[in-house]
Amino acid sequence: MIPKNIYGILAEFKDPKEILRAANAVRKEGYINYDCHTPFPVHGLDDAMGLKRSIVGYIVGIGCIAGASAGLILQWWSSTIAYPIVISGKPLFSWQAFMIITFVLMVLGGAFSALIGMFHLNRLPTFYHPLFNSEQFKKSTDDKFFVSIEFSDPRFDIEDTKKFLTSIGGVNIEVVEE
Amino acid sequence: MSDTKKNIEQMNDIQEAPLVQGNHTFGTITEKISSITETPPPKGWWIAFLFSLSLLVLLKVSILYLIWEGTGIWGLNNPVGWGWAIVNFVFWVGIGHAGTLISAVLFLFRQKWRTAINRFAEAMTIFAVMCALIFPGIHIGRVWVAYYMFPIPNQMLMWPNFRSPLLWDVFAVGTYFTVSLLFWYVGLIPDFATLRDRAKTKVRRLIFGILSLGWRSSNRHWQNYEQAYLMLAGLSTPLVLSVHSIVSTDFAISLLPGWHTTIFPPYFVAGAIFSGFAMVITLAIPVRWIYGLESIITMGHLDKMAKIMLVTGSMVGYAYSMEFFIAWYSNNTYESFAFVNRAFGPYAWAYWIMISCNVIVPQLFWFKKLRNSLPVLFIASIFANIGMWFERFVIVISSLSRDYLPANWDYYTPTMWDVSLFLGSFGLFFTLFLLFLRFLPIIAISEVKGVMPEADPHHGDIH
Repeated sequence: MIPKNIYGILAEFKDPKEILRAANAVRKEGYINYDCHTPFPVHGLDDAMGLKRSIVGYIVGIGCIAGASAGLILQWWSSTIAYPIVISGKPLFSWQAFMIITFVLMVLGGAFSALIGMFHLNRLPTFYHPLFNSEQFKKSTDDKFFVSIEFSDPRFDIEDTKKFLTSIGGVNIEVVEE
Repeated sequence: MSDTKKNIEQMNDIQEAPLVQGNHTFGTITEKISSITETPPPKGWWIAFLFSLSLLVLLKVSILYLIWEGTGIWGLNNPVGWGWAIVNFVFWVGIGHAGTLISAVLFLFRQKWRTAINRFAEAMTIFAVMCALIFPGIHIGRVWVAYYMFPIPNQMLMWPNFRSPLLWDVFAVGTYFTVSLLFWYVGLIPDFATLRDRAKTKVRRLIFGILSLGWRSSNRHWQNYEQAYLMLAGLSTPLVLSVHSIVSTDFAISLLPGWHTTIFPPYFVAGAIFSGFAMVITLAIPVRWIYGLESIITMGHLDKMAKIMLVTGSMVGYAYSMEFFIAWYSNNTYESFAFVNRAFGPYAWAYWIMISCNVIVPQLFWFKKLRNSLPVLFIASIFANIGMWFERFVIVISSLSRDYLPANWDYYTPTMWDVSLFLGSFGLFFTLFLLFLRFLPIIAISEVKGVMPEADPHHGDIH
């Protein structure tokens, strides 16, 4: 009876309080491949879903170090090896004067790594996603809150999962196809 | 029971007024802000747009004539080798400071009121920095060798001088522009998704679909997104404070009396924040009125911005007086002369315009009544912008025109091309800003929803 190309089940919740309660319930029930979709980040939802702290910060740290090193190496190499010229009697490697561009390139490296790191961890851009097939899902960027449980979850069962979502207060329950 | 009620009432009394006023729900916020981009613009928009566009044409004509004829068309003379071009550059970079200050510094300090104004303040920043970048680009005279400014391997095997503050400037302003743009784009992604999901036409769905990168409001995404946003804010905070400090070293590292002072970096940063907030108020007042956004950009927001103007304006006033004190205290003849000359010399008129607009006008904001009066706010913010332009004029021109040797002295007068380039830069700024108002969400939709009382999962609970 199970349709072949099923992605998962989508359920709507009406406000931040309900989505928080639902996320807790879904996690406690033992689901793994599920997600919450909210128009804005809801406070406490990460804990309710049991998510670990994001690692973007470490990526930014690496980006900052890379940017700063690139800046310092560029200045050192161009003013001592590639084009050594004494200007106002200062040493060729005037590190004090080079700190500014080193700092600025650290910020630049960090900013790009924050953006690229976030995109990579979120696998964006992903222009197609099965959830976009659902008409009501469009409300997730407006004022509705959704829980989606994926077919790939070991505990997934169309009827049981539907019943479970209803029991925790979900409405407009919909089976989303790929 | 009645005790609990009383407590709640008391709690409400001491709490601040809500950031979003009126009977807004999440849905009405989406509707209010998205509909601006979905409906034809009001008549006033077209008038303003055509006017800005004509100023933009003026800018293009002036630049083309400048490239054709050379910098001789400007009023530059022998001691004054830096004229309006550098004045305008510093003026525009200064304006560009409010956006990132609002989005980054206020974010780190958890000033939630920033959400209503950060989007268009950031847009303002990006456009102001674009205007600023034009001037160093064209004032070099031979624009086709502008690439000498960058460390690019070239046929002459030459590299730029990294000890020069002018090169620091290239990196600082370039990075500031790039990081502001990234920050702005990251903030826009969820709102692009909102516009995509509301799109009625295929073209809109396609454009916003591409811009939103397939954002699906997933909390697993929000988690990384929020941390990336925090990181960008953390990186932008030292950046925004450093950019104008570095701009000020263009002056402070030279040996000219009136420029060679250690107070310049903090003084420039305070001035930049002052002028930036003035420009945000100048833009916010008409925008909230035309688009009926009074319930989102409330009087409370304007009140807070006026307070920031008061603080930074007074800091600038302090810096002006401290410059005089140090000139006297240093017992350096040239330094003392430079400051007496500023206040009582041939450019005294510019100096006193600067003092009145930057130090005296913001003192109005000590009074709540004046902070809550739209005409006062609007006019004072325009005065602040005028004053801050004159501040840069006074610094650049009065110091250059009278340096060590009286035989070198000369009076500087701009030509019509100086004026046309400056007016033209406003054309570029307002053309871009009006296009932004027309096509992009001018208020951060998802962020405003996030600071509404309903967004708190404990909303309505009795503690």
